[in-house]
Amino acid sequence: MSDLLDIRDLCVEFETRKGIVRAVEKIDISLKKGETLGIVGESGSGKSVTSYAAMRILDRAGRITSGSIVYSGIDLATAGEAEMRDLRGREMSMIFQNPRAALNPIRQIGRQIEDVLIQHVQATRAEARRRAIAALEQVRIANPEERYNAYPFQLSGGMCQRVVIALALACRPQLLIADEPTTGLDVTTQKAIMDLIVDLTREHGMSTILITHDLGLAAAYCDRVTVMEKGRVVECASSQDIFGSPQHAYTRKLMRATPRPGALLQDLLPEDSPPQSPANAQSTAARSDTPLLRIEGLIKEYPRMSAGGWLEKLRGSNPADEKPFRAVDDVSFDVGRGETVGLVGESGCGKSTTSMMIMRLLDPTQGRILFDGTDLALFPAKEFARNPLRRRIQMVFQDPTESLNPRYTAMRAIADPILQAADRPRRDAVRARCEELAGLVGLPLNLLDRLPHQLSGGQKARVGIARALALNPDLVVLDEPTAALDVSVQAVVLNLLQSLKERLGMSYLFVSHDLHVVRLLCDRVIVMRSGRIVEQGKCEDVLERPASAYTRELIDAIPKRPV
Amino acid sequence: MTDATQAASAHTSGLLAIWRHTRYVLGENPVTAFSFALFLFFLLCATIGPYVVPFDPLTTNTQSALQPPSLRHFFGTDHLGRDIFSRVVVAARLDLFIAIASVALVFAMGGVAGIAAGFFGGWTDKIVGRISDTIMAFPLFVLAMGIVAALGNTVTNIVIATAVINFPLYARLARSEANVRKEAGFVHAARLAGNSELRILFGHILPNIMPIMMVQISLTMGYAILNAAGLSFIGLGVRPPTPEWGIMVAEGASYIVSGEWWIALFPGLTLMLAVFCFNLLGDGLRDIVDPLRRT
Repeated sequence: MSDLLDIRDLCVEFETRKGIVRAVEKIDISLKKGETLGIVGESGSGKSVTSYAAMRILDRAGRITSGSIVYSGIDLATAGEAEMRDLRGREMSMIFQNPRAALNPIRQIGRQIEDVLIQHVQATRAEARRRAIAALEQVRIANPEERYNAYPFQLSGGMCQRVVIALALACRPQLLIADEPTTGLDVTTQKAIMDLIVDLTREHGMSTILITHDLGLAAAYCDRVTVMEKGRVVECASSQDIFGSPQHAYTRKLMRATPRPGALLQDLLPEDSPPQSPANAQSTAARSDTPLLRIEGLIKEYPRMSAGGWLEKLRGSNPADEKPFRAVDDVSFDVGRGETVGLVGESGCGKSTTSMMIMRLLDPTQGRILFDGTDLALFPAKEFARNPLRRRIQMVFQDPTESLNPRYTAMRAIADPILQAADRPRRDAVRARCEELAGLVGLPLNLLDRLPHQLSGGQKARVGIARALALNPDLVVLDEPTAALDVSVQAVVLNLLQSLKERLGMSYLFVSHDLHVVRLLCDRVIVMRSGRIVEQGKCEDVLERPASAYTRELIDAIPKRPV
Repeated sequence: MTDATQAASAHTSGLLAIWRHTRYVLGENPVTAFSFALFLFFLLCATIGPYVVPFDPLTTNTQSALQPPSLRHFFGTDHLGRDIFSRVVVAARLDLFIAIASVALVFAMGGVAGIAAGFFGGWTDKIVGRISDTIMAFPLFVLAMGIVAALGNTVTNIVIATAVINFPLYARLARSEANVRKEAGFVHAARLAGNSELRILFGHILPNIMPIMMVQISLTMGYAILNAAGLSFIGLGVRPPTPEWGIMVAEGASYIVSGEWWIALFPGLTLMLAVFCFNLLGDGLRDIVDPLRRT
């Protein structure tokens, strides 16, 4: 059978201020009819650029310099814009990473599907509505007639992605390109969406390209996997082969770095990396019987947005019996000295709200936060900045880019807590301390004078960690510190966090949605759902023998590699 | 970006880097380079203009009244025989002073009120918002006229009036920019570092909204010049015989019908160039000040 899509010797260049950058260099990719191909690579590997080139939606600075992209006999690399416009949506479709951004926020979802159908003359105005509802039904949206009139903001992230899939498949295309379709979605939602994509493409006999950074996901859902590194294809083989016997060193490195059952933290690093201090994470737990942090009956309530405004209140018709929304509902747990506790759950389960309250960035509605015997809940969040306890609780944020002031150099960012804590600190003393911290987190000293946008993701993460450690805290809350990082960088950062803990003897509260990562780092794990604790216990117990159905569901949703 | 160039850019000292960046922006966009050159030219007129002009801008000479442009009088002379070229050049100082002073004033008032409103929300936001609404409820030029008329015909009052009518622009811009950033990760991080709320406001948020404010400053600078000239044109503000572009246009307006076009044309043209220059400058400034575009 001939190939549906055949990319040969494709080169894509971007014109930037620093000259011409080659994003994709002489790659060959072919896709058979009905096949699912995974393109895997870390950020900057050119995997998205390749798909953009195939759809001819590169931005203005990028252009295809050589090579051909043949789609069932048509060379897309030289096709005219009018021809491409006809092909896009009708013959080839794309699903983007952020479903909410891909939908028009002020148009009903049903109408958006109709627009595509009418645009490609797949339906007349009269029957568009029926077809749109059928499309919604196909992506398993409950009550499609009702949802037809919904706006994107009224739907959850998973629902929005379903709508985007319905949009992409509305015209029965031959080729579907899914660019990180489940990044940013919960693991159970990810499973539902990926199952849906695979089922639908099989039903229609479509070919799919799945672009992802997650080897496990590609392995679970693709027939073949292409691994890209720095704009080149390093390996292309069937899923079984690539996991059974990876040929290229880069593939092996990626596979090592992916957290998986049975692997220790040290196993994630490349084979030739120097051995770290003896990693015995479990033995350091609970050195003292009084816990460092004790949470008792923590509750956070938000008033519900009532439909009526002040006018309703004035009339007194606003029902007072409407209960406020409980983001965190009666949560109690301990964090021992030198212990790492994982707080796991899907988005909206209240884990971030809980950590924000512990960090005293948010005031709890009720409950006690006993830190070393002092109830922190008694201090209002606004005044806690000047509290001497402030320096003992620090945090590493989820997004290393967003959590650094774009106008502060790395040095200034790390120095910020030091400058606030001491009065009139000496300049050279601060500099010395920053350099010491940079050494601790493995940040090269010559990077200290750079601004955040001049640093890579891993370097920014190191700056964030150094800043959190600047005041020698006792408790560090890690809010998904590696969620925005590539797997190989994640492996390094996780190892760094572990070795820092062993050297400095802090406690970690590790907030995450990734059970594999939690397994690597944590002594105990707490599973949360809709503001409540579902299960807590020793890490192995919870992950190997989950007591609650929800925990089991979470574990089952993690993509399994073919064995 | 390759590692080599990155390392190189890190080693160059800050000042040199800024110069390089400025040169790059100017080279990239010739319009920006032109506006910068024009701005420098106006600054030069304002600083050394009064010392190099060929005639005293105030000395009248009825012998040579209403002469058309010639090699002796580049822009001609007015009804009192004063050299228009000299007057146009000397007026640059006053007009630029009014523009810069009023923009500085409104930046301080509106900018601070705006970021406080955006950051703290609640009552601060309500008060600043209502003040802005009240000011915007008036036709702005009429409001400026009213303020100058009520407070008295002085340069200081023109500055105040110009600042007041631009207040809502700055307050709203600063408010929205601060509002977007108040929940940003780096603000939380600053809080954890022990920064007080005020320090976060001025140390962390303000520097981040400076680039967008710079553009606003440049744009309002043009409007401020127009406003000052407009007030003078209708007889408020600067009084004759002080050379000022607005007054000169007003004085020349009545002579256009009788054919002496140069009296109004040249000050008017200069005024237009100045406003044009500031408007173009805005875009260039943003490129230079915004670090995110400095790749």
